[in-house]
Amino acid sequence: MDELLRIHLLTVELPTAAGWVRPVNEVTLRIARGEALGLVGESGSGKTMLSLALMGLLPPGARVSGEAFLSAADGQRKVLANLSEPEWREVRGREIAMIFQEPMTSLNPVLRIGTQIEEAIWAHEPGLPRSVVDRRVIAALEQAAVPEPEVRAKQFPHQLSGGLRQRAMIAMALAARPKLLIADEPTTALDVTVQKQILELLDRLRREMELGLLFITHDLAVVAKVAERVAVMYAGRVVEEGPAASVLMQPLHPYTQGLLAASPTLERGKLTPIPGTVPQLTELSPGCAFAPRCAYRRAECECGVPDFRPAQSGHAARCVLL
Amino acid sequence: MSHLLEVCNLRKHYQRGGGILTASGKGERFAAVDDISFFVAAGETFAIVGESGCGKTTLARILLRLIEPDEGKVLFEGTDLLGLSPKDMRTYRRQMQMIFQDPFASLNPRMKVGEIVAEPLAIHEPQLPRTESLAKAGEILQRVGLGEDALPRYPHEFSGGQRQRIGIARALILKPKLVVADEPVSALDVSVGAQVLLLLRELQAELGLTYVFISHSLPVVAQLATHIAVMRAGQFVEFGPAEMILTAPEADYTMELLAAVPELPRNPVV
Ligand SMILES: Nc1ncnc2c1ncn2[C@@H]1O[C@H](COP(=O)(O)OP(=O)(O)OP(=O)(O)O)[C@@H](O)[C@H]1O
Ligand code: SF4
Ligand SMILES: [Mg+2]
Repeated sequence: MDELLRIHLLTVELPTAAGWVRPVNEVTLRIARGEALGLVGESGSGKTMLSLALMGLLPPGARVSGEAFLSAADGQRKVLANLSEPEWREVRGREIAMIFQEPMTSLNPVLRIGTQIEEAIWAHEPGLPRSVVDRRVIAALEQAAVPEPEVRAKQFPHQLSGGLRQRAMIAMALAARPKLLIADEPTTALDVTVQKQILELLDRLRREMELGLLFITHDLAVVAKVAERVAVMYAGRVVEEGPAASVLMQPLHPYTQGLLAASPTLERGKLTPIPGTVPQLTELSPGCAFAPRCAYRRAECECGVPDFRPAQSGHAARCVLL
Repeated sequence: MSHLLEVCNLRKHYQRGGGILTASGKGERFAAVDDISFFVAAGETFAIVGESGCGKTTLARILLRLIEPDEGKVLFEGTDLLGLSPKDMRTYRRQMQMIFQDPFASLNPRMKVGEIVAEPLAIHEPQLPRTESLAKAGEILQRVGLGEDALPRYPHEFSGGQRQRIGIARALILKPKLVVADEPVSALDVSVGAQVLLLLRELQAELGLTYVFISHSLPVVAQLATHIAVMRAGQFVEFGPAEMILTAPEADYTMELLAAVPELPRNPVV
């Protein structure tokens, strides 16, 4: 497998009034070139913190340990932890780009769409002549399936619909041709019909550009559409990982099972909630963080955090039942 | 069968855009609610589904007279609410309550949970002694799955799902006949949203409530609706019994919405 990103025991710690918390706790993941990994979890599970760590955008005071390696475009293997800010600027946008739920967090409201994409290109290739950049701007918009790219390039973000704005943000993120795209809930704020188009767009771009995709969502049904492999996060840890089909059809971890049973489908009456709520990071028990909500809990669950135990090929979970 | 709620030819217009940034400099008039009629029988859940900006929330607010329509009638047990004086409206208002989307914004952060939940009683039954209204608040909090110990605490001490339960308790304390719920689970996590949906279903059976349930999500609506109306650009594209809309829709737009719903792979083995 042509490895693009490897994260090994990555931990992020943040200072809070109640002491240090670990929004990302010993996370180990791999993404191959052109592969889509879906990262699923509920709010506060650490999905966003994990992606911010990969972009070097953690809040001040954060402590990072563990390892993250990226196969850079020039063939070198970059160690992401401990990069200096100038080194991060080389990586951000150029090697790894990120899109968000709310496009306005990355689009500047007072600059035309085209100008913003220009800046994204020039930031990494300052020597390019204007005529080339102009063509690249239109090409980027075309690639993101923005209709009438010449017209849109001259418009401001507020003149676009939500779906078009999301496409413009994708165009900007991909303008410098990164190899890894982190998409944090990119369709959560969109209508279903628009969501479907954006998911199809991301899937096409992944194949055409051999883009590695880290797709973050709380929605298992969305992940089923985009991801080849799925990792499920709970209270900072990955608790299950495997091929999308087997995680979604034969979930191993009681939390994944519960999440599936709690996801509404078009069929009525099958809904089973998970009791209780997602734990606060300051109040985690020493053992399995899901134990207070788990119907299969037993004494050994509370002793220590369960190891990752493999079941079938490439599918594993952190649960004592395995 | 008598209808609890009957809505005839509602219309509401707004100005779109306007300001310095549009080419013409002035906004155009458009119908946020455009000639909508329907009725809801007691005990039913009438769901209104549609994409952002289709007019769902405007319609919901007109039903409770939080917004005045330009035209049309809203009959509650046969009485046209729109013709009522503010004083007469009060007796009806207590029978119709609303649950809001955002459990973070809809609760006053400076009030204790007991006061928030008991506030409708303070408005509609001011003669009731405070201890009694707090006792009723405790009872209803218990019923929605929060203990009486929630009474002296503040909203920020609760999670999103718990805050939504507080909102539900507040809506139910007057024992209304009609509850209008506007996107009640869309701000919640999946596992907690499912808890709230099941709670709404139980409370309906127990208290004989009638719901108007607004959502952008067909899978969410499918869990509660007896009837579904699909709304687009201020109009109902179609409406009918829930199973029919979900399994044999007639309008192309409904089919398009259904086809866009991402589905889990079949038969997860759990
Ligand atoms: N600046 C901060 N200081 C301290 N704790 C923080 C800070 N930002 C986030 N957290 C905590 O870190 C944990 C993980 O947050 P994160 O934003 O990564 O979650 P998430 O999985 O992306 O959730 P969501 O689905 O809500 O976006 C949460 O418990 C959150 O409260
Ligand atoms: S380790 Fe124990 S508590 Fe945790 S998920 Fe497995 S059975 Fe449940
Ligand atoms: Mg997040």
